[in-house]
Amino acid sequence: MRRPVLATASPTTGIARTLRALLIPSLALLAALLAGAVVMILSGDDPMAAYGGLFKGAFGDGKGWARTIRKTIPFVLTGLSVALAFKVSLFNIGASGQFVMGSVFAVAVGINFEGLPVYVHLPLALIAGIAGGLLWGAIPGILKVYTGAHEVIVTIMLNYVASLLGGWTVYAGGTQGQTPGPLWDRTAGAISETPDVLHSAQIPWLFGPPYRVHYGVFLALAAAILVWWLIFKTPLGFEMRTVGHNMRAARYAGIRVNFTIILTMALAGGLAGLAGAIETLGLNHKFAPEFGGAVGFDGITVALLGQTHPIGVLLAAFMFGALDGGAATMQFESGVPADIIQIIQALVLAFVAAPLIIRLIFRLRPQSQEDAGSAVSTSWGGT
Amino acid sequence: MTEAQPAQARQPGAGAPKLEALGITKLFPGVVANKDIDLTLHEGEILALLGENGAGKSTLMNIIYGLYQPTEGQIRVDGSPVVMHSPRDAIDLGIGMVHQHFQLVPVMSVVDNIMLGSETVDRGLLDRQGVSARIQELSQRYNMAVDPNSIIEDLPVGVQQRVEILKALYRNAEILILDEPTSVLTPQEIEGLFEVMELLRSQGKSIIFITHKLKEVLRIADRIAVLRRGEMVGEADPAAASQENLAALMVGRKVTLEVEKEPASAGDVLLQLRDIDAYTDLGEPALRSVSLDVRAGEIVGVAGVQGNGQTELVEVVTGLRPAAGGSVLINSVDMTNASPRRITEEGAICHVPEDRHMYGMVDAYSVADNLVLSSYYKKPFSSGLTMNQQAIAQHAEELVARFDVRTPSVRASGASLSGGNQQKMVVAREFGRPIRLLVAAQPTRGIDVGSIEFIHSQIVAKRDEGIAVLLVSYELDEIMALSDRIAVMFHGRISAILPRGQATREKIGLLMAGVSVEDETNAL
Ligand SMILES: Nc1ncnc2c1ncn2[C@@H]1O[C@H](COP(=O)(O)OP(=O)(O)OP(=O)(O)O)[C@@H](O)[C@H]1O
Ligand SMILES: [Mg+2]
Repeated sequence: MRRPVLATASPTTGIARTLRALLIPSLALLAALLAGAVVMILSGDDPMAAYGGLFKGAFGDGKGWARTIRKTIPFVLTGLSVALAFKVSLFNIGASGQFVMGSVFAVAVGINFEGLPVYVHLPLALIAGIAGGLLWGAIPGILKVYTGAHEVIVTIMLNYVASLLGGWTVYAGGTQGQTPGPLWDRTAGAISETPDVLHSAQIPWLFGPPYRVHYGVFLALAAAILVWWLIFKTPLGFEMRTVGHNMRAARYAGIRVNFTIILTMALAGGLAGLAGAIETLGLNHKFAPEFGGAVGFDGITVALLGQTHPIGVLLAAFMFGALDGGAATMQFESGVPADIIQIIQALVLAFVAAPLIIRLIFRLRPQSQEDAGSAVSTSWGGT
Repeated sequence: MTEAQPAQARQPGAGAPKLEALGITKLFPGVVANKDIDLTLHEGEILALLGENGAGKSTLMNIIYGLYQPTEGQIRVDGSPVVMHSPRDAIDLGIGMVHQHFQLVPVMSVVDNIMLGSETVDRGLLDRQGVSARIQELSQRYNMAVDPNSIIEDLPVGVQQRVEILKALYRNAEILILDEPTSVLTPQEIEGLFEVMELLRSQGKSIIFITHKLKEVLRIADRIAVLRRGEMVGEADPAAASQENLAALMVGRKVTLEVEKEPASAGDVLLQLRDIDAYTDLGEPALRSVSLDVRAGEIVGVAGVQGNGQTELVEVVTGLRPAAGGSVLINSVDMTNASPRRITEEGAICHVPEDRHMYGMVDAYSVADNLVLSSYYKKPFSSGLTMNQQAIAQHAEELVARFDVRTPSVRASGASLSGGNQQKMVVAREFGRPIRLLVAAQPTRGIDVGSIEFIHSQIVAKRDEGIAVLLVSYELDEIMALSDRIAVMFHGRISAILPRGQATREKIGLLMAGVSVEDETNAL
């Protein structure tokens, strides 16, 4: 029997493509959860109870949902930060440091300028946070362009610098009379932290306590839409993608490659800085060294799990938000330590970064030369 | 050595069927690349596969080599049906393929490259010595001189190709597929390749050979098969065929192989190069004091063996490589070391790059996006903050129709196009823009005869509109057919500039080889 010779539904367009893009990430998540279950069984725990608790904690009631959403917000922004850089074949490992700088800059504005109205003070503090991240992202971009220093190395180093710098700004001073940091709360005694952000610089609640969801959720959504629009709809995004795919072709096309690299790193930093600012102004209302940038590192996993696409990043961030949101309840209900969630998140990274493992586990047909490469595999190449 | 071979070895169908493809159909999204194709390759013959760009030649070969799975049909080797899941299976069956883009690791040695994937181990260690000896033995037997210890990237393209062939022979290939092997070679290298192919044939190997150059087909093939739009349209006997009737069989109409043009009426100097010096990426001198003028309404052809500075010359003119000395004037404006964007804009220049994959296109982009690669920021493609997808698509539809780029849709990715259609896409983009100066390097690389005719006529039409054309080509035929003046490059210098009327093939050939033809050279 001959099949009709006219080719119909093409996998390169529409729904089929979306489904295929979702396949590997979903399976990676599934595989990580299964591996987590194996770890639990080996340590004598009941995975069913644990995952039941996890689900209940994340979605069981209004508070659960609120927790999940609250935790999703920073993942969206740091995920977008890493994803945006990926589009230009740049590997931003610095979202963590950029997050810290965003927090510090935002808090510096937020605890000062008493008497400003909300609609001036809050945007100012947010912009300061973005600027902090922007600066911290631009540095590796500039160093890459003018000295050839690889952004991976520089961003990792700047993470340490940011973390120490952040710690210093809130340093409580020593018992031997060492000078305290400039942002330290004088009323906090020996505790190293800033004073509370003024009311006029706090992001208002969308749902107040006990739910505690603030308007930052809309900022995160808006950022995702903006990044999507920037990448896929604007000439600047076209330039960024061209540099990411083929730097020589970009030069040929008259694109300012160096400028594009610096700009992208700065924007990526700005997104992570906004994450820091939102966490500080919306939730913590102050900065202390422990509000560091772990969420910045998770941004890498979120970006990869989201296939470096803004919509994918939203979904992946939501998954991570739910995992974090449900962790405490899981431990409470099943006795499985919440740390297992970090193991699962790390496994997700391992699985999405190595799709071959997933293909082996689930016996998917190998990606042949007939297919175009996935978003991630092309992004990892280049310089 | 070849003369010793008795003539009857060239009789078509002399040997038993070595490889048969039966009823092969291959569908890609929106395209029928192969449609019910039957093809037989006999033992000890060279079969030439001809066809237009996008006819399905590479697809069929990739199926035979196990890279693609056929939608329908069967492959037989030595009469028994085989199923191949990957090239590894094909190699085990004695099938070897040399792709147009070599699959060698540039930083590794010849031995390592040949071993790669079928490493021989001696007491836990790689047996380099043994492999090296085998390579030497093979290269002697097939008359392909290669030093097993040299590093790939140091070797000329022709020798790299030899390594690819040796690699297949090392894996005991009985069937050899060569996809457009000659498009990257100099005429001397091509002759060398043909001698190797004849030797291989005399030893009973079977070869499928793809090319767009009909002269080569008549020179080497025992049998000719022609594909058109995915279907096998017939066979030809090289003894009875001519270039004209092969072209007609391929394209389905009569093709004029000569370029028709009036004498040029050259105007003002548009491009003026004065004493240009430039270096290669490795810091070696590439251009030494090059001076050249191109006038409006004339075609200046740059002839020369590949690697004598032509690539760098084009890059300096288009702003992609800095000039270390001298000046570039476009329309009397100093553009020395200006940015590529400024040169494109103010110089009203367009550039068909020598290597389409390196510069000319983004594989992952759609055909439509590739077609605005050098004008994406302009109206109507971008207005204000956003790009206008509709205008981009419409522009693409027009160019695809005008330049006959065969693609299922303008949304298909650039990578999915056949080699020649990718080239046509690049040419369409550059020719489709309003310009004053056209810089074309190897504009017809990998393009079929029918489309060459069209592109050549377009270049002449540009000239007649008063556009200045700088043409770089390694094909002497192309230079002779199009140029009004011919500049010959040798070792980074322009050794002579001759009006077309004074240029004979012999004279240019001598100049290209570095022999100076003093008395007749008019320097500038
Ligand atoms: N991987 C792919 N995905 C989708 N379509 C493809 C793919 N490879 C080839 N095609 C389509 O199949 C058709 C045949 O392509 P093929 O590369 O076999 O042509 P060809 O005869 O080798 O042409 P050329 O002389 O230009 O190299 C083309 O229309 C091309 O667009
Ligand atoms: Mg081909």
